[in-house]
Amino acid sequence: MDFFDRFAVPHPSPAIYASMVAIGLTVVAIIAGLTYFKKWGYLWREWLTTVDHKRIGIMYLISALLMLFRGGVDAIMMRAQLAVPENGLLDAQHYNEVFTTHGLVMIIFMAMPFVIAFMNFVVPLQIGARDVAFPRLNALSFWLFFMGAMLLNISFVIGGSPDSGWTSYFPLAGNEFSESVGTNYYMFALQISGLGTMITGINFITTILKMRAPGMTLMKMPMFTWSTLVTNVIIVFAFPVLTVALLMGTMDRLFATNFFTTANGGMDMLWANLFWVWGHPEVYILILPAFGIYSEVISTFARRNLYGYKSMVGSMVIISLLSFLVWTHHFFTMGQGALTNSIFSITTMAIAVPTGVKIFNWLFTLWKGKIEFTVPMLYSIGFIPIFTIGGVTGVMLGMSAADYQYHNTMFLVAHFHMVILPGVVFAMLAGLTYYWPKMFGFKLNERIGKWAFWFISINTLVTFMPMFISGLDGQARRMYTYSESTGFGIWNMISFIGAIGLAIGFALIVYNVYYSIRYSPRNIGSDPWDARSLEWATHSPVPEYNFAQVPHVNSSEAFWDSKKNGHVLYKGELEKIHMPNNSGMPFIMACIFFLWGFAFIFAMWTTVIITTIGIFACLAHRSFEQDHGRYISVREIEETEKKLRGA
Amino acid sequence: MKRKWFFLTVVFTIITVLTGCEPLTVLDPKGPQAQTQANDIMLSILLMSFIVIVVFVLLVFMLVKYRASKQSVDYEPPHIEGNAIVEAICVGIPVLIVVFLSIVSVQSNYKVEARPVGYEDKKPLVVYASTSNWKWHFSYPEENIETVNYLYIPTDRALEFKLYSYGPITSFWIPQLGGQKYAMADMVTTLHLAADAPGEFMGRNANFSGKGFAENTFNVKAMPEAKFNEWVKEVKETAKPLTEEHFNELIKPGHLGQLTFTGTHLDFSPAPEGENGGHNHGSK
Repeated sequence: MDFFDRFAVPHPSPAIYASMVAIGLTVVAIIAGLTYFKKWGYLWREWLTTVDHKRIGIMYLISALLMLFRGGVDAIMMRAQLAVPENGLLDAQHYNEVFTTHGLVMIIFMAMPFVIAFMNFVVPLQIGARDVAFPRLNALSFWLFFMGAMLLNISFVIGGSPDSGWTSYFPLAGNEFSESVGTNYYMFALQISGLGTMITGINFITTILKMRAPGMTLMKMPMFTWSTLVTNVIIVFAFPVLTVALLMGTMDRLFATNFFTTANGGMDMLWANLFWVWGHPEVYILILPAFGIYSEVISTFARRNLYGYKSMVGSMVIISLLSFLVWTHHFFTMGQGALTNSIFSITTMAIAVPTGVKIFNWLFTLWKGKIEFTVPMLYSIGFIPIFTIGGVTGVMLGMSAADYQYHNTMFLVAHFHMVILPGVVFAMLAGLTYYWPKMFGFKLNERIGKWAFWFISINTLVTFMPMFISGLDGQARRMYTYSESTGFGIWNMISFIGAIGLAIGFALIVYNVYYSIRYSPRNIGSDPWDARSLEWATHSPVPEYNFAQVPHVNSSEAFWDSKKNGHVLYKGELEKIHMPNNSGMPFIMACIFFLWGFAFIFAMWTTVIITTIGIFACLAHRSFEQDHGRYISVREIEETEKKLRGA
Repeated sequence: MKRKWFFLTVVFTIITVLTGCEPLTVLDPKGPQAQTQANDIMLSILLMSFIVIVVFVLLVFMLVKYRASKQSVDYEPPHIEGNAIVEAICVGIPVLIVVFLSIVSVQSNYKVEARPVGYEDKKPLVVYASTSNWKWHFSYPEENIETVNYLYIPTDRALEFKLYSYGPITSFWIPQLGGQKYAMADMVTTLHLAADAPGEFMGRNANFSGKGFAENTFNVKAMPEAKFNEWVKEVKETAKPLTEEHFNELIKPGHLGQLTFTGTHLDFSPAPEGENGGHNHGSK
């Protein structure tokens, strides 16, 4: 029995048993459903083996939405626990697991795939390419991310979830103070999905640098493509640090090394440094693509070109540089002394300048425009004031002497939610609504969408503004309970009410998807928003090859110019198109990675060895495989085009 | 200067009213360091409110003036590239604000990292504050006494806390006396504080350290120096000595009430500083 003991959850509760049953039933239902409707073949051919950037983008999107709800349930549980003093809904151990997975899921498995979903779907279309530079690697990226996410998500029913915070500071995360396998899950889930992200970074840099349509110089790229380029450069520089840190942490936990222990010369502060050398750029990895989406949406619905294109690009490049120079502000209180803190305090506050430039440029894009309040535009406009509040509190936190008082309090929690929600989540919801017709050929309902927007934006304020106050009143973050005499009760109750409002907002979005699938009109054409950049120049939904002919580009708004200024996008005759073949290898390899991670987590060494061999076998197979892709003939293209035009 | 204080008072009043007449802990400082920090906080709130208001006004103006429903159907928005002067202003003003805040920030950094202003004349009281899961141990080496989970301090005398941990990273925080600092297992950090007036304050570990984190608090009582000396004398007369064996019991994971001892653990379990530090490579 000893062997099976390790898979038991160390702190079981009725909720966890209920989740086990629910997960079991869902799996059975999915398998039964697929078998009954004979969809196994469809699933394998069209999705599991696809290398099409659009389908991979959609899979990222679905995963992100699923994880949003997983992380959202965590959030509701936390707010409910803290709503009243001395609450007994969750005990300390469960609360610790819940806030740890909430952070991990929301950052790594919700925001990241959401952002990458739009990179995948939009960038090749925006630059007039047929796919990304390495389509099969792209599929591998997705499946590695997905398996990482699954690995973390099974932790709470097999072996126990990580419980030392999403920052996982050592020595708390070391074997001495975290005996369960939770932190092993943390290490491997992040390692495997981080590998996928790293590959994405290389893929998109290559795609954007090498595969742009003729005429599209760097300074004629649409803003979202620019933001993607800068983001992926940050990914390539930042993620290796995480890889190394996780590797060292894993060695400490599984092989008794002493990188981060407090005995034998280990240094716990090193983990904090390495974590944030990755962690702070990570924040900008999330926010820059969001800025890109806002730039697209605001300029589309203000019916104007983006104001200050050059300073937009310049500010992103400066932000990317500064993002690597501020990590110490996450632990001003570690005792580095006044000089170090002063330097990092100044670099931190300096980031406000390029960010401010972007805010003002968006405001000036509205100037002399013709503003239409569609759902994507509402999110973009709601973003500006809420994000400004979040942003200026960031400057306040950047004043290191004052930070001694904000650090580790609800003030900090309020700050980063007030930048990540309007900054990233609003942008993703704007992008979701904006690109939905391009993905699926119909719009989401505007009326329900507006209701959802108002619920989400108002309740963002209701949930997080009280935390600024309770933080200044001395409420530390990550406390699972507090006594009545502290006076935190009222603020936490307001937060809880806001959290319920947010949940209703997100539920409305789900209802909107259902409603729109059933009732939205399908004959909306390929350019329902009267947009400006190339992705709207092809059909909706987009054919496999994206563009029948490669478009020619003269400006960052080539499609707009073709509509208004007589620019000719397509020149010459149709030609056959070279496309990559589907492949099951990325999926299979990621499955082996999943087993590999799982085996490591539970120290099952035989399985580790076998799966390691399996991974190398997959690599070898790819090296010797001869696959030169296939051609789509002119006749096929003509037929597809005729059908799409007729529809 | 008068105007600044006027604004400070207004904002302070608003916040006070908002919180039901009791000032927020951090904005109700009882010592010079907390005062510096509260001033910085209020100053930055003021400056930042100004920025927020500018953005709000601009946004509302744009939305009201340029919304589609207010314009003729055939209005075509013009193509406008950036304007160097406008963009220079958008860079320049934030730069000025950041420069100003940087100067304030750097000055405050050096203030909170040194002996409190106005307390330089007297020798500071040194207290070694260490954590074990999930308790606070306060050792007074000069007085040769030790307490658990409560801290008595004299007013009008600088305090020098030497922080370290028997376990995860924790953070020593008495909001009304000043901001926090980490306590770690492999080195000693120093936090300079002082209390202006007698009173009782909340102190806690602010850095998540596992299951018992929420209850990892301690009480702080500041009293005039004469009273403090009386208390020390009383402890020495009544409390039992702290033995190594007993101390090893104390640092086992769990919660304890308030305890008092004569002697400190520093003799048999020295703080990780100097040659006892985690990163001492043979030099003394």
